[in-house]
Amino acid sequence: MRHILSILMENKSGAMSRVVGLFSARNYNIDSLSVAPIEDPTLSRMTIVTNADDDAIEQITKQLNKLVEVIKVSDLNESRYVERELMLVKIRTIGKDRDEILRLSNIYRGHIIDVTEKSYTIELTGASDKLDSFLENIPKGLILETVRTGAAGIGRGERILKI
Amino acid sequence: MQISGAQIIVQSLSAENVEYVFGYPGGAVLEIYDAIYQLHKFEHILTRHEQAAVHAADAYARASGKVGVALVTSGPGATNAITGIATAYSDSIPLVVISGQVGSPLIGTDAFQEIDMVGISRPCVKHNFLVTDINELAVTIKKAFQIAKSGRPGPVVVDVAKDVTQTMAKFSYPQEDVVIRSYQPVLQGHIGQIKKAIQMLSAAKRPLVYFGGGVVLGNATQELRNFVRTLNIPCVSTLMGLGAYSADEREFLGMLGMHGTYEANLAMQKADVVLAIGARFDDRVVSSPEKFLNSPKKIIHIDIDPSSISKRVKADVPIVGDVKNVLTEMLSIWQKQEVSFHAHTLEKWWKTIEEWRVQDCLRLPETDDKELILPQFVIQTLAKITNNEAIVTSDVGQHQMFTAQYYPFKEPRQWLNSGGLGTMGVGLPYAMGAYLAHNRQKDVFCVTGEGSIQMNIQELSTCSQYKLPVKILCLNNGYLGMVRQWQEIYYSNRESQTYFESLPDFVKIAEAYGHVGMRITKASDVEGALREAIALKDRLVFMDFVTDRKQNVFPMVGNGKGLDEMVLPIHMRDNKS
Repeated sequence: MRHILSILMENKSGAMSRVVGLFSARNYNIDSLSVAPIEDPTLSRMTIVTNADDDAIEQITKQLNKLVEVIKVSDLNESRYVERELMLVKIRTIGKDRDEILRLSNIYRGHIIDVTEKSYTIELTGASDKLDSFLENIPKGLILETVRTGAAGIGRGERILKI
Repeated sequence: MQISGAQIIVQSLSAENVEYVFGYPGGAVLEIYDAIYQLHKFEHILTRHEQAAVHAADAYARASGKVGVALVTSGPGATNAITGIATAYSDSIPLVVISGQVGSPLIGTDAFQEIDMVGISRPCVKHNFLVTDINELAVTIKKAFQIAKSGRPGPVVVDVAKDVTQTMAKFSYPQEDVVIRSYQPVLQGHIGQIKKAIQMLSAAKRPLVYFGGGVVLGNATQELRNFVRTLNIPCVSTLMGLGAYSADEREFLGMLGMHGTYEANLAMQKADVVLAIGARFDDRVVSSPEKFLNSPKKIIHIDIDPSSISKRVKADVPIVGDVKNVLTEMLSIWQKQEVSFHAHTLEKWWKTIEEWRVQDCLRLPETDDKELILPQFVIQTLAKITNNEAIVTSDVGQHQMFTAQYYPFKEPRQWLNSGGLGTMGVGLPYAMGAYLAHNRQKDVFCVTGEGSIQMNIQELSTCSQYKLPVKILCLNNGYLGMVRQWQEIYYSNRESQTYFESLPDFVKIAEAYGHVGMRITKASDVEGALREAIALKDRLVFMDFVTDRKQNVFPMVGNGKGLDEMVLPIHMRDNKS
């Protein structure tokens, strides 16, 4: 099952590689990962999307908590949460494709952030599966380049991950 | 006053009351070695290989309960240390390893003797640091010791850039523990869980205590003994827990697992409530969790490391905390609430256990040639003449298992070996570290094999330099015995690369290093030779016992088998119950 893990950790060089190394050393997979410092610049928050059964997630969470620089780990799936991912996608747009892609971009609430004679670059945000769905609707062969940030997630309402 | 980074390191180690540093000099740590020379704050033991330095420091920690310290240079010095670090990591041994790093301006340039030590050691340390700022040096060493010994102990690497050792700064060592906000081990068990555990345990018909190295590391031996005695329940030990419960006590059923005793393995399999204490259901203990859980049982699991709980076998009642605290709490509640078992059911359980025990699964095998030396017999004899009280280290292989089976350890920290990683070559450096940990006052015996000893045989030189009169018992069967045992069982006797055709003359090797060598070829000479070796108080004695080539370690639980599916020793095979 797909899980989103939110990790609060020291903003120190090497901390991120410990987390990543833990996944590879224990044969767990990372589907996506995003990380940046938060309002307290001594801390970073990382969101990891992984696919594993409940026992494996329990073990991953415990192992993450064992890392000296990790302060808190939360499995967002345990209650309600929102997630967003940013994607930039460059699409070949010649002739009739230009209107078609523009319409599709509007449906998905994308922004065209760069235009040339032959291409659009579209900025899209949303849950990861929404971005997947957008890409599925672009005719094959038109996608020139995609770049995605990986999901960032946060608990709904009062649920807070803080020291 | 300002002092150099190198002096800060030496002064910091001294502030931690370090008695011995095991190490090997090199370019990146020259400054530190100069400070050691000038300041004289502790004794430095120069091993002949960095791997042995870390093993010796690890043994010092195992034997004394303090933090072991090793010092190695950058590049190859650091990589040589890795096996030692990984060994300590697998057995949760508190260790601080200081490694030199090339100067900060050179880091990342593939400089001479440069390796990314923080990166290369990451998977096998509890934590590690790279120090490139002299102002961080003392506090980092403080943190390293704190992390190494607290919570679940483990090795910590402090990688220090060479220029830091040469820079001058003001020195002050933190007196109090440094607060590390992201590191706060849980020491007290949850009281609700403890009560639940007691309730579950008291309802048991076939209760069993299964303990491991965590009891030794947590200095909880007395608490374990009180608990087991008060409840009058059977207990079994992992390889790492041996000695935590005295082997000559009635409650103790022996080691369990792959080469565990018949009674220990059956008790573990048939128990209805298992109280696991500082043990982790390692695959050498429970090779098949499914088969283990075949017979209905409840599991209570106490461990300081939450990730050890429900990793291989799901716990019904997990208790995270220091075993010493939790056991004290449990016993006090048990006594206060006057909880007890149904006397009759416990009696029945003990009766069953005694029926298993009389099978005497460790009885020595019969041989046609009475003068053939059985490796088991050597260990038995050692136990007899040392009154089960010796400090014994072992390497890894059949001889290790024979020692675990046939030496009835009485006390914790009496038995030192590489359990988790199973590192061949630890035996001799472990004997060195243990001997020093006991202030050169106790006899230390290293049980090894002709394969293992050759992995760190150069340390005979260190022993001669520092006059470490350890006694080496080489159970020499001319084979990598444990590998051959597996080849016999799983590979139809195809002895691929296990037969040693060019063994050295160990007697001559011992003599070449300035020690005493003995070769023992007859069973009737075993006891005399051991006594003679022990009498040579100030000399290292290398005893090369030429043993029966065909002995295998039994009982044995094969790969993927249940604990009740042991391959039994020959004398039990006909009338197996």
